[in-house]
Amino acid sequence: MSELLAQYPVFAALIALVGLGTVFGALLGFAAVRFKTEGNPIADQVNDVLPQTQCGQCGYPGCRPYAEAIANGEAINKCPPGGEAGIQALADLLDVDFIPLDEEHGEVKATVAVAFIREAECIGCTKCIQACPVDAILGAAKQMHTVITSECTGCDLCVEPCPVDCIDMLHEEQSLRTWHWDLPDPVSRQVDIIATDALAERSAQDEAA
Amino acid sequence: MRKTFSFHGGIHPPENKAQSVRTPIADAGIPAQLVIPLSQHIGAPASPIVAVGDDVLKGQMIAEPRGLVSVPVHAPTSGNIIAIEDRVIAHPSGLLAPCIVIASDGKDDWLAHTGSADYRALDKPDLLERIRNAGIAGMGGAGFPAAVKLAVKPGTAIATLIINGTECEPYITADDVLMRERAQQIIEGTKILRQLIASEETLIGVEDNKPESLVALRAAAQGTGIEIVEFPTKYPSGGEKQLIEILTGKQVPNGGLPSDVGVICQNVGTAVAIYDAIVLGRPLISRITTVTGDGVEAPQNFEVLLGTPMNYLLDKAGYQPDKNNRLIMGGPMMGFTVPTPEAPIVKTTNCLLAPTEAELPSPPPAQACIRCGMCAEVCPVTLLPQQMFWFAQGKEFEKLEQHNLFDCIECGACSWVCPSTIPLVQYYRASKAEILQLRSASEKSEHSRVRFEARQQRLERETAEKEAKRAARKQAAEQRALTAAEDGGAEDPIQAAIERAKAKKAAQLAGAENAPENELEKLEKAVVTIRKRLDTATAKLEQARIEGSDLVVALQTGVDKTAAKLAAAQQALHDYQSANSAEPPHKEPADAAQVAIARAMAARAADAGLSPQEKAQAQLQKLQQRLEKSRAKLAEVRADGAEDKIIEALASTVTRLTEKISAAQDQLNELTDA
Repeated sequence: MSELLAQYPVFAALIALVGLGTVFGALLGFAAVRFKTEGNPIADQVNDVLPQTQCGQCGYPGCRPYAEAIANGEAINKCPPGGEAGIQALADLLDVDFIPLDEEHGEVKATVAVAFIREAECIGCTKCIQACPVDAILGAAKQMHTVITSECTGCDLCVEPCPVDCIDMLHEEQSLRTWHWDLPDPVSRQVDIIATDALAERSAQDEAA
Repeated sequence: MRKTFSFHGGIHPPENKAQSVRTPIADAGIPAQLVIPLSQHIGAPASPIVAVGDDVLKGQMIAEPRGLVSVPVHAPTSGNIIAIEDRVIAHPSGLLAPCIVIASDGKDDWLAHTGSADYRALDKPDLLERIRNAGIAGMGGAGFPAAVKLAVKPGTAIATLIINGTECEPYITADDVLMRERAQQIIEGTKILRQLIASEETLIGVEDNKPESLVALRAAAQGTGIEIVEFPTKYPSGGEKQLIEILTGKQVPNGGLPSDVGVICQNVGTAVAIYDAIVLGRPLISRITTVTGDGVEAPQNFEVLLGTPMNYLLDKAGYQPDKNNRLIMGGPMMGFTVPTPEAPIVKTTNCLLAPTEAELPSPPPAQACIRCGMCAEVCPVTLLPQQMFWFAQGKEFEKLEQHNLFDCIECGACSWVCPSTIPLVQYYRASKAEILQLRSASEKSEHSRVRFEARQQRLERETAEKEAKRAARKQAAEQRALTAAEDGGAEDPIQAAIERAKAKKAAQLAGAENAPENELEKLEKAVVTIRKRLDTATAKLEQARIEGSDLVVALQTGVDKTAAKLAAAQQALHDYQSANSAEPPHKEPADAAQVAIARAMAARAADAGLSPQEKAQAQLQKLQQRLEKSRAKLAEVRADGAEDKIIEALASTVTRLTEKISAAQDQLNELTDA
């Protein structure tokens, strides 16, 4: 055998290559089974970026389905609640160009609203409960319903089904708790007093000098 | 002389402190109306426990704490509650906040209160409770509830207690005059704090620009073991973390608390408030506030009741509104513009600054950052303000966090040195708020995602359950349809009855042929099996008897039962054998069925050949026969004296039959006429 191989080195090479191919093929095959990824990891990452309002304005029944669609090549500009920042984050994540929001799917709202049921008018039909994607409405048939404010995503989906039109979308009023300093306006420069007496000191020094 | 350290950067702004320390602390007196905000500190606002119209005494609690990080609010003077409503408070937003409004009666009557001069007898929880109930929040500026800060986690050893008498911000002299005039109370309060947290060393840090305070404190601290440490003046030495570094050389870790390095820091004003609360039993209802700036004629320090409107206090100092360009609460570095002078003085109001335009000019427009790096040189927390400025402009929040934005103490040193007059701190404040908002938004979106997925799962489960139920119902219906088709396929009831009878007979015939052997075999088998079981059980019982096991009783019952069963099986076998040898009894019912069928068939066949008239005739005859029978039965029953019910029932039958006969008679007549 060894003599034959010595005589025809091309066989030796052939055997070696086939042997190597078999070994690595088996390794790869094992790895493919052993380290198989469950689900679509890109869809998961996209889903983490989406705002999870589950409003369906993108045309998909919830954020997860839209995330899967984006992973399969759907446009990234169909999420109004995410706004420009959301599209930017998706563009960064998927390394694609930023495209402006598709207005067809709705406009960006300045503040997040919360649904409110005018309880005196509620007839207890449970239609809004069925429409709510995050189970944020509490109630039962023929019983008054109410919105659990902390769970509401402001998706508007409950407004349409209400037969007596008793659901309002309320925007949270600014309170001491929600107020915060804004970035200084680059045009007017009307800022608060922080450390402006430096100029006074300089003028005083000038006078002294 | 203790070795002191220094922190990175810092600035030396003009102090402007001299003008307000010329006179001693003045009493601001009692204004006609006091507006007491329910939230004067970090944490949850207090909730009112008085109603409009109530009379309150000085020092009476009017709002109780809600939650752990919260302190109560007390009435600063005696009077009447005239409103509990939203009022303008001293806040940069200019928003309204819930306040309790008291119309003072001028009598200033105290609620009965007793302190405890011997605080050494009080234990830690008691002391903390008293401090909390006195409504003490940090008097330095941030206003963190003192009791929360002092209640360190068990197991945390506090080596150093630091009392902050630094007061590094320009213009403010409230702590300075406090140290000059009430050094004794500060020392007493410090002793209480020292006992409370059991620190190894106790330091009072004072900048060297307050020599009178240093003298007074040193005199008061003689022989107490409390060390008064003097160190060079530099802004912002009064920052908690900066002061800790100056006095101990330790740096508080990123995102950590002073207690992580074994230090607790309290303001001198807080020490006095704690002394008042513990020794005198008085809650925190007044504070020392500096009123200064060129906009007031007589800059000085006032002891002022909390809730006093700022304009009342300003008038006491000779306020000239036309000279003042804006009213500032706090100092020029970290203070903010007050929306209106009607806003009340609160626990954290250490200074009211009414400067003229020349004194603190309005900021000129910011120019481009020239990357001079002066801001980085002065930053006391060694951040890179110029880098953070770019990121804040571009809203690159991740980069901002990487550059430790949240370590920024907002001291304003960077803005102060900026040659382009860029309001840097405002960029950082806005960015911090926006990052916090984004964080809470992402928390909420994560929460919504979980709820959405849970709902999806629930809906899927419900659909699957419904589907399963539907499938089960469908199957059951199909089964029923199948059996119905097998049983009742025939439309004609007679035909069906015939078929049923036939089937029954066939089954009986088959049974008659097969049953004897089957049944016999079964019974014989049963007898054999039971006998075998009895044998095994008996053997086991014997074994148990020999071994003297506990199971004897149980086994005995088992054997008895098996024996009884055997007897029953044998009896059954015997009965069957004797019954089988006799004439099979099931010939007759089959015949009866046959006869009935034949009768029905015959009747039907007979019917088919009759004319309607004959049919009616036959019907009438039948009815008459039934009537006869019923009458006979009724008579019989009456004669026997049976129950009324039966008699009634029979009587009604007779009546009905009579009616039917008359109806049949009519029909027959009609037919005959036709």
